[in-house]
Amino acid sequence: MTYGQVLLGILISAVLSENFILVKFYGICPFMGVSKKIDTALGMGMAVTFVMALASAACYAVNLLLIRLELQYMQTVAFILVIASIVQVVEMFLKKMVPALYKALGIFLPLITTNCAVLGVALVNAQQEYDFLQSVINGACGGLGFTLAIVLFASVRERVDKADCPQCFRGYPLALIAAGLIALAFMGFSGLKIF
Amino acid sequence: MEILIAVGILGGLGLIFGLVLGAASKMFYVETDPRLELLSDALPGANCGGCGYAGCAGYAEAVLAGEAEIGLCGAGGNESAKAMAAIMGVEIGEQTRRVALVRCSGYLGVDESGKVTGARRKAEYEGFKDCLAASKVGGNGVLACKFGCLGYGNCVKACQYDAITVVDGVAKVDSEKCVGCMACATACPRNLIIPVAYDKHVIIACASHAKGAVTVRGCSQGCIGCGICTKICPHAAITVEKNLAVIDYDKCTECGLCAAVCPKKLIASPVDTPEEILAIVRASMKNK
Repeated sequence: MTYGQVLLGILISAVLSENFILVKFYGICPFMGVSKKIDTALGMGMAVTFVMALASAACYAVNLLLIRLELQYMQTVAFILVIASIVQVVEMFLKKMVPALYKALGIFLPLITTNCAVLGVALVNAQQEYDFLQSVINGACGGLGFTLAIVLFASVRERVDKADCPQCFRGYPLALIAAGLIALAFMGFSGLKIF
Repeated sequence: MEILIAVGILGGLGLIFGLVLGAASKMFYVETDPRLELLSDALPGANCGGCGYAGCAGYAEAVLAGEAEIGLCGAGGNESAKAMAAIMGVEIGEQTRRVALVRCSGYLGVDESGKVTGARRKAEYEGFKDCLAASKVGGNGVLACKFGCLGYGNCVKACQYDAITVVDGVAKVDSEKCVGCMACATACPRNLIIPVAYDKHVIIACASHAKGAVTVRGCSQGCIGCGICTKICPHAAITVEKNLAVIDYDKCTECGLCAAVCPKKLIASPVDTPEEILAIVRASMKNK
């Protein structure tokens, strides 16, 4: 298997067969919370993709340091520190340099600090011993998988909200059932092997 | 020893990130107009949306950009309008305070002879306790009057200031608590709620445009458009439009004469003892 094939395998599995939300069940809070409208879901997805790629890169560097000092058991704490700082710096940077992007992502960025998908991708990268490029691809494509899942789910919810259903199913109960059905569909990708 | 290394490394990382954050907050500092914060402080912060903007911050931004007028905030009233005008450096006159009025008087009750008064129910209603649902029941809803207050409190739910309660089957606004955001008016499926000036006391709390006979069948308290008030009014401030008396507040002097003669006792008035009413009638006779 060539290195390119490995990268392609990571890309496909991060988006589909190992989807962070629907297969691994990371980042469920924004998945349920910010999926009432397709527009906001897309905004959240883009912000998460951006931060996940960045966090993968930064956590890779920190992980190298931890391995050198044999402090791998501190990974979780160190990664949380890194992710929280990155999100803050990115927010300030965008506010100054790219106000348009800040307006689009602005309200979602602080929410991402507590998104476990971001911490999850860093820990998975460390566990799988991915190198730098693999980590970044896993992060970015994991984010794209998140976007795919949340946008799909938001479009389902927009329709379901208008449906005439029993009172006891309105709102979250029906959303949870819909989420379960989409997750079932994504389970179909498990065992997907390209090479 | 190992634990010291761990503590040192994490502490060091934290310190570095802290310094980076500190530097970044200096480097990427964005200047915002200091007036924005002052304007936000001058607003009540209830985010009721009565001004037509998305929350108080949205209104403050619109005022700063010159897109919105000062004084749209009902909750803040005079005080916040003056504070905002001072911040923006403009003059502003007194604001008239508006409050919501529910145009229905069909309170359920029993009069001296033991007869049930108020809006008549056509049937028992067992559905959702919701005005919209109750108004959709076949034959113009559960009330015999198709203009009456249904009393399931959609307006009560819409009110952020606890200013509306349902009393004897009809919603009632507490003018002291009401800030005039009119969120209740939007929530009412029968469009019963309108804004009136806070200091006006002569009000007609009925919205029935049905013919007199139909109104009487549906409610003991409804305006039947008899026109007695229009004849007695010395300032021609009341007219009957489509079987309903309407007050022109530009002409009304709040003498209370209309309230005194209304056969349905429908018009709320500033005076209510018989002696006071008699004095008003005598005074008007003298003028004629």
